[in-house]
Amino acid sequence: MKHEFEAVIVGSGGAGLYAALEAGANGKTAVLSKVYPVRSHTGAAQGGISAALGNVEEDKPEWHAFDTVKGGDYLVDQQAAVILTEEAIQAVYDLENRGLPFNRTPQGRIDQRRFGGHTRNFGEAPVHRACYAADRTGHMILQTLYQQCIKNDVSFYNEFQVIDLILEGNRCSGVTALELATGELHLFSAKAVLFATGGFGRMFRITSNAYANTGDGPAVCARRGIPLQDMEFFQFHPTGIKGLGILISEAVRGEGGILRNRSGERFMERYTPTLLDLAPRDMVSRAIMTEVRAGRGIRGDGKIDDFVHLDATHLGKETLMSKLPDITDFCLTYLGIDPSEKPIPVLPTAHYAMGGIPTDVHGRVIADHKGNLIEGLYAVGECACVSVHGANRLGTNSLLDLVVFGRRAGLHMAGYVKNAESPPVSADASGFALEWIRRLKDGKKGPHGGHILEELQITMMENVGIYRNERDMARAVEKIQGLRKRYLDVRVQDRSDSFNTDLLDLIELGNLLDLALITAASALNRRESRGAHSREDFPDRDDGQWLKHTLAFLDGNRVQIDYKPVDTSIWSPKPRKY
Amino acid sequence: MKITLRIKRFFPGLDKEPYDQDYVVEVEPTERVLDAMMQVKRFQDGTLGFRKSCAHGVCGSDAMRINGKDRLACKTLVQDVTEEEGLVTIEPLRHFPVQRDLIVDQTGFFERYRSVSPFLINEEPPPPKERIQTQEERLAFDDATNCILCSSCFSACPILDENTDFLGPAAIVQGFRFLADSRDRGFEARLSALDDPVGVWPCENHFECTKCCPRSIKITKRINQTKNMIRKFRDECGESVHEEDSSHSLEKQDQ
Repeated sequence: MKHEFEAVIVGSGGAGLYAALEAGANGKTAVLSKVYPVRSHTGAAQGGISAALGNVEEDKPEWHAFDTVKGGDYLVDQQAAVILTEEAIQAVYDLENRGLPFNRTPQGRIDQRRFGGHTRNFGEAPVHRACYAADRTGHMILQTLYQQCIKNDVSFYNEFQVIDLILEGNRCSGVTALELATGELHLFSAKAVLFATGGFGRMFRITSNAYANTGDGPAVCARRGIPLQDMEFFQFHPTGIKGLGILISEAVRGEGGILRNRSGERFMERYTPTLLDLAPRDMVSRAIMTEVRAGRGIRGDGKIDDFVHLDATHLGKETLMSKLPDITDFCLTYLGIDPSEKPIPVLPTAHYAMGGIPTDVHGRVIADHKGNLIEGLYAVGECACVSVHGANRLGTNSLLDLVVFGRRAGLHMAGYVKNAESPPVSADASGFALEWIRRLKDGKKGPHGGHILEELQITMMENVGIYRNERDMARAVEKIQGLRKRYLDVRVQDRSDSFNTDLLDLIELGNLLDLALITAASALNRRESRGAHSREDFPDRDDGQWLKHTLAFLDGNRVQIDYKPVDTSIWSPKPRKY
Repeated sequence: MKITLRIKRFFPGLDKEPYDQDYVVEVEPTERVLDAMMQVKRFQDGTLGFRKSCAHGVCGSDAMRINGKDRLACKTLVQDVTEEEGLVTIEPLRHFPVQRDLIVDQTGFFERYRSVSPFLINEEPPPPKERIQTQEERLAFDDATNCILCSSCFSACPILDENTDFLGPAAIVQGFRFLADSRDRGFEARLSALDDPVGVWPCENHFECTKCCPRSIKITKRINQTKNMIRKFRDECGESVHEEDSSHSLEKQDQ
């Protein structure tokens, strides 16, 4: 079936919904979502959204911008960080005005709490900057934006999986998407398309990410010759529930929780004496792995699945129930532990992609190192790379990224479609998508995808994880290339049309394989340590060689690397100490 | 441990009626029921249909009936539901048309949700910063904001066995969430959906919704609070509540 819209938005998390509200007010807009909108992974974000409101103590957007740049190990584009942090304030007020139930101060204002890497006066001490709704801030943002979409009658196509992007030269003219209910391939022609498809943590074995987080937007772009930026920077959140990877919010430490090793030592004192447990995530994750490898984990065997304790017992039941109720519930459900009585066993978990589809500050997709644009194509949120997160994102800045750049991209799109002509769509626009689906369902005998996915996740976890080196990453690249070859023989077990989740799983697997290859190859290429990319064989940051963004192009079963300059127009890079 | 998942399967158009299929999987007792189902999906039978996403009880995708109780498969540990001889039975939610196996059609559920105007209604120009709300005012609707629209309560509600038009627990909770918000001015806009013979009134306080809610919302209590707010409003206007069918059907005819 063919549909015609002015704007098509793929993804219904915070970024997609915010963009839809802005674009939908001005032109015929459709939102395609592979899940029901309220199921999107924005809803799993817990701790908060930062803005220098100064409701609890003095704060300034400039401090917030600096923290963001330093937290990102100077790979952040600095003017973008200024936009993020200046527009943060109005963005939070807008959410409140639209009904978001933030926790309140005794004066009835939006309450704020401390979070990792967010500091007063350029690094002096942690600052209360994260606005929050208990420990379900993302859930409340998603709900509030979805509610506004209902109010504004936004058109949704639920359970539509994007398969391909339609490009005519350097101009985007729509997408193809598979409808889960019928198995039909739909063609959505549009003057502008926005990808807001979220992250791809499912390429790792242990992750906080949802099953849906398979990077569909970036994978589609990569296959169409669009580069992906800074894919080597993948954040491991320090505190996932041991074994499961379920996120235990940094807000636990923001409220005073302490990481301890097997002798009960507050080990962060040795790593980041000023910010202690509230150092940026890359540093805390490395500290935990260093403790574990040195035999100071709780078991003490030095194996990589050993763990440390997150101690929240001194916070008291009341704080836990009023400010961290979901965390308390997760601990009870999955561990049988009451965090007011016992410490929580935690280990880093694959959490957030700093890299993604390169964009400018209006969400417009960038095609190459010269900054040429793909006309009519936008990307925003975790699938995109503006870059405001650089080599390591600060906690609470992802929700902020969604609303600030979701709004900016939506507004820009609305203006763009007003003046743009409807682009032509060639007759074979659905060809690639149809051929892919036909192959998976052609009835030939072939392996199922389960084992390939499992091998991929283990490979990425073991070789492209927190600590990296040449040998392991080269091995990962080779392994993934082999898995991608095996993928060509994969076939569905379910050849039916209606609600064929088997087919969707295999399409998602294809996406993860493509993105894993780009991630591993980009990581292998960058011979320095910066932010979340930490190499044992190149342990130092090397600004002379590597203060630049990676642009990685998928080229068959290989990856071609190019670079793009970083905007360091405000703060020159300094050693990163906390 | 070895367990058997006995899953109710049905593919409309292909199967004449639902049937049980058994899958044997090896799992840790502390794994989630969803983990066991993913093992089946990935390594045994790709045709099995179910929804899932976040896998830790916050997205609401995988509500289903496990051993006859409405729960999220990702928030249910194998050790807590495995019966004698290692059996776990899994069925789709009740009160929904089955689309395939455990996938149900939630269109009606979301229509009911939309009918209560689930968004902040306040046409007063917003202040330059945030609206002020005290901690007590915020607390009045706190647990209602927990709802993830998973539909467990809609399946558990015994009223819906007979009265299939009943608005249902989740939509009422969503209505309450705004009625009880000190910033909201939309009480009257929501009345037509809530103060209706198939609105809040059919609830008989069976507490099945409250018992099954994976987000620990005191649903029955919120429904009763909503009823009281409507009664108070109608009393003040010298009107009666629309509990009976007659006025409703007349209204419908007028339109």
